[in-house]
Amino acid sequence: MTRFSAWEVFRQGLRGQTGWSRQWRDPEPKARYDVVIVGGGLHGLATAFYLAENHGITNVAVLEKGWIGGGNGGRNTTIVRSNYAQPANRRFYEHSLRLWEDLSHELNYNVMFSQRSHIALQHSPGAMDRAARNYNLMRRTGTPDAEIWGLDRLRAEVPHLNYGPDARFPIVGAAVQTRAGTARHDAVAWGYARGADGRGVDILQNCEVTGVARDGDRITALETTRGRIEAGRVGFAVAGHTSQLWQMAGLGGLPIESHLLQAFVSEPLKPLLDQVVVFGVGGAHFYISQSDKGGMVFGGDLDWYKSFSQRGNLPIVHDVSEAAMSILPCLGRVKLLRHWGGVMDMSMDGSPFICRTPLRNLYLNAGWNYGGFKATPASGWWFADLIANERPDPMVADYTLDRFARGLQIDERGAGADAKLHG
Amino acid sequence: MIRLDCPFCGTRDHAEFAYGGDGSVTYPPLDAPTGAWHDAVFLRDNPKGRVVETWHHLHGCRMWLRVERDTVTHEVFSVRPAHPGLAEALE
Repeated sequence: MTRFSAWEVFRQGLRGQTGWSRQWRDPEPKARYDVVIVGGGLHGLATAFYLAENHGITNVAVLEKGWIGGGNGGRNTTIVRSNYAQPANRRFYEHSLRLWEDLSHELNYNVMFSQRSHIALQHSPGAMDRAARNYNLMRRTGTPDAEIWGLDRLRAEVPHLNYGPDARFPIVGAAVQTRAGTARHDAVAWGYARGADGRGVDILQNCEVTGVARDGDRITALETTRGRIEAGRVGFAVAGHTSQLWQMAGLGGLPIESHLLQAFVSEPLKPLLDQVVVFGVGGAHFYISQSDKGGMVFGGDLDWYKSFSQRGNLPIVHDVSEAAMSILPCLGRVKLLRHWGGVMDMSMDGSPFICRTPLRNLYLNAGWNYGGFKATPASGWWFADLIANERPDPMVADYTLDRFARGLQIDERGAGADAKLHG
Repeated sequence: MIRLDCPFCGTRDHAEFAYGGDGSVTYPPLDAPTGAWHDAVFLRDNPKGRVVETWHHLHGCRMWLRVERDTVTHEVFSVRPAHPGLAEALE
């Protein structure tokens, strides 16, 4: 694997770009691995990378039923932020953001992380007060870039929002995290895959798990479409299909439902929007940014019913377009280029799981709801830590399955035990 | 667009309905142990394929319905009133 550097770019330029090597291998499965990670999405690949990098565990396989980054890794709106309020989420997502800040160097792969600010619009004095409370909390707990902007500052930074006083929900200010931003989702998958592969991890694509072989409270092997693979320890990181794998292992129900989330990209435009803007009031929910190619990337709510279909319904397209028009009327003539649907692991309190399971050598990484992309580095970091040390670090000790039985839900929205409400 | 055949109103777009949730859950008696309530409130089988769900005809007759549906193809197999007494009366 060629290491990327300015010198290498120059050297390959002189050689007609013929000297670049494959970014990762396409190995045949071995009969046995010390650790098998099921799911070659962003979290699975990051976990494999940190197992090798932080813990020196390199006899690792990542099993992916399709191609890496072809699931939710490629079906998101690439937003990274850490403006959470619950203690467990505060520390976890802030750690994730700090990892993002150095990720391109860490991976020697440009993930195009752009800290362009995350602007959450506010529409009433009461909402401004609540935002001030939450963002003060962030400033007191290690996130110095939490700011409250009045209308003057907001108008200066984002002049083309709909500031009309006759709007149904007039904008009165914004809660802003300036270190938040976006990253290039494919580059994150490729960068972690390349980093893991270079440290000895086998990435096995087109390798779907079809059965789980158990011996009492241990998993002995996984049956896959590429043969039987024995495993010392197993990590599930298959957001969207966690329940299916869980039941394959004979473990029953989970506090998770699979719902569909759509996202959209417009035709490329000249630079229009420098930040991530979020609009959420009166039943509307909308977030938008502009990609480096110029496309407006945006999304809204879930499709509201359980689905594994990976394709969205039209009422949500209508709903999201309406929200777009209400804050950015200048988008009215812009054509939609593509839209896609991803299957979300919606948990019963809107927070994830990085935890041990009823089986001794099985570990679970699941329940990422809408928040999976931004969580990628910390999710991989702490899931690898859990698997390597066979005990949860205090950082993720609250992300357990038994928190519901113990009355310790991490319900960021206060929405209650209804998976579809935690968007 | 999913189309649901409401037994009271006829076939309507799903946008008229509010999704309830998993219709296969049986809630235990009020004096059941905490564990039974934990399982009913929080744990889901979340099948990929045929499921039973509750839907509310919010912008129509406002009746709760029991819908059999496929979560992959979105095909609807049956729509009945959620209240068993009403379902029997209609049949």
